[in-house]
Amino acid sequence: MALKLSSQERQGLTLISPTLLYALVMLAAPLLMVATFSFWTQNYLEIDRTLTLDNYRAAWGEPIYQVLLARSLRISVIVTVATVLLAFPVAYFLSFHVKKRKALWLFLITVPFWTSYLLRVFLWKVILGYNGVLNSALLNLGLIDEPLTFILYNANAVVLTLAHAWAPFAILPIFVALEKIDRSLLEAAEDLGDGPVRRFFRVTLPLAMPGVVAATLIVLIPTVGDFITPKLVGGTDGLMIANMIQIQFGKANNAPLGAALAVTSMLTVAAISLIVFLAGRRLGGRVKP
Amino acid sequence: MTARPIIELRNLSKSFGAVQALRGIDATIREGEFFSLLGPSGCGKTTLLRMIAGFEAPSGGSIVIDGKPMDGIPANHRPTNMVFQSYAIFPHLSVAGNVGYGLKRKKLSRAEIAAEVEAALEKVDLAGYGSRAAHELSGGQRQRVALARALVMRPKVVLLDEPLSALDKKLREQMQVELRALQQSLGITFILVTHDQEEALIMSDRIAVMFDGQIAQMASPEELYRTPRTRRVASFIGVMNFLPARMKGESPEGIEIDIPALGSARIPRDRVPEGLRPERIESIGIRPEMLTILFDEANSAEREAEGQVVANSYYGDMTYYDVRLAGQEAQVTISMRNTAGRSVARPGTTVRVGWGAESVVLFD
Repeated sequence: MALKLSSQERQGLTLISPTLLYALVMLAAPLLMVATFSFWTQNYLEIDRTLTLDNYRAAWGEPIYQVLLARSLRISVIVTVATVLLAFPVAYFLSFHVKKRKALWLFLITVPFWTSYLLRVFLWKVILGYNGVLNSALLNLGLIDEPLTFILYNANAVVLTLAHAWAPFAILPIFVALEKIDRSLLEAAEDLGDGPVRRFFRVTLPLAMPGVVAATLIVLIPTVGDFITPKLVGGTDGLMIANMIQIQFGKANNAPLGAALAVTSMLTVAAISLIVFLAGRRLGGRVKP
Repeated sequence: MTARPIIELRNLSKSFGAVQALRGIDATIREGEFFSLLGPSGCGKTTLLRMIAGFEAPSGGSIVIDGKPMDGIPANHRPTNMVFQSYAIFPHLSVAGNVGYGLKRKKLSRAEIAAEVEAALEKVDLAGYGSRAAHELSGGQRQRVALARALVMRPKVVLLDEPLSALDKKLREQMQVELRALQQSLGITFILVTHDQEEALIMSDRIAVMFDGQIAQMASPEELYRTPRTRRVASFIGVMNFLPARMKGESPEGIEIDIPALGSARIPRDRVPEGLRPERIESIGIRPEMLTILFDEANSAEREAEGQVVANSYYGDMTYYDVRLAGQEAQVTISMRNTAGRSVARPGTTVRVGWGAESVVLFD
């Protein structure tokens, strides 16, 4: 194929080439390596490079991995639903009811990012712990007789911590989508007989759908693969698939199995994302940007 | 017209913080009337329309629509429907979805809705466009969809907020005629907000000219053009030549006035606006087409003055002349229909200007 490029195309390629190169080296190459690894076998310190599907057989066949993947997905879906449901009112309030100093509000939403992710997770440990802030407060108020234990070192703690950590990522895309809605459309809906509730479901929500889908994907995809939060606050009960992948690459010294698990969870997440995307398109109707 | 009133505005006012957007608005709009709110931007005309629609609450006064006071009644319970300036076509719905939007609330079957929608689309010349997506429409088509969406609700009053301002000149002129014809055939009251005086004159039965949150004059297009009550209204509607003038004397038949630039004239009583005190007359107005340049020696007019052409603008069918009147600083614009065999007078030409007392408008 002869490569004929217009000057504009050439200019475009030149412009993106540093980024493209970076993406190829840092993203595509590692991905390819992981995919390749998943078809090899680890023999103690050596790698057997004959192609095999054994790793996938293990990854898909052994109950431990299925349980971990299912749990990861479950936690991630709960986190996503909770985050998006909680983010929507915040974004709605920001977009429709904050008249002055919107920038300040947006700025405040990003405040949690000022500390490291690790530190924030640790803070949740301090809040949720056996002798933590929450338990001592409730004990002192006389609302409980002994410290609550179901709030730390289990899946609940993972959900809570992740939902807090990802809230701004959900608020911002929804806020942008709401900001883009032409206010006269809402007046038109009212003019045509809709009260506030019907108007919300017939106009506001369908038009905010692109933002909701974006928020859902932004939260869903990384949380499936999160391993810091489950490790710190999840206990044994809150371990997720990413922790197992980490173990395979590290302590267990079985990189090919780890790679197969990684590829498996990646494909699962991709499939779910596609479903969410298509569902959002249906719900949002024929919105053209 | 003696139709019953459909909208009554009583001493209506609106302030946004310290800014008084509207004050002392009194108006009665009759059933079946094409009523225009005309004024420059910021005069409060859109605010007034939005208050009638129910999007803004009045700060004082009352709105009565079809005999019912509208205090506290939200837009979705008012018998009005609006065509928005941006058209506000729902981008996630088809044309039929847009037009049928308001019908979903009424207890109609699917087939009934479809029939109503198709009938409404037919009225605006968009039959068969129901399945089109909103983004496939041109500006003119969007405007028609917005209109169909309002009409299908069978409102008592259709409110139009500068509906034609986004269209190009040719389409706008076509839509002015179509909209007027549609309104007359349906017999529904239309209230149009516009800053385009020509548009208001072409389409309306009556026009309220608004300045600074108040109605300066409310009258039929013809009355408004022929007898504007203030200099401001006069200069907003069409072109008006203003010349200084003084009252010379008063008699039972009329008022004698002296116009230094043109001469003197007697203005009959019925041309003297109510409330104008003759001794306070400071100027007169006369429209460009009410002045004539007497090209031919044989031509004559009721009254004549001498002048010199300063400039001309040729429009094809018409020529506008700027003429300085002899011995005066005063300059007037005169429009003359071009005729066969007469060439346009060049600047510098001395001409005789003909005028008549019956076309003089008095201002204080």
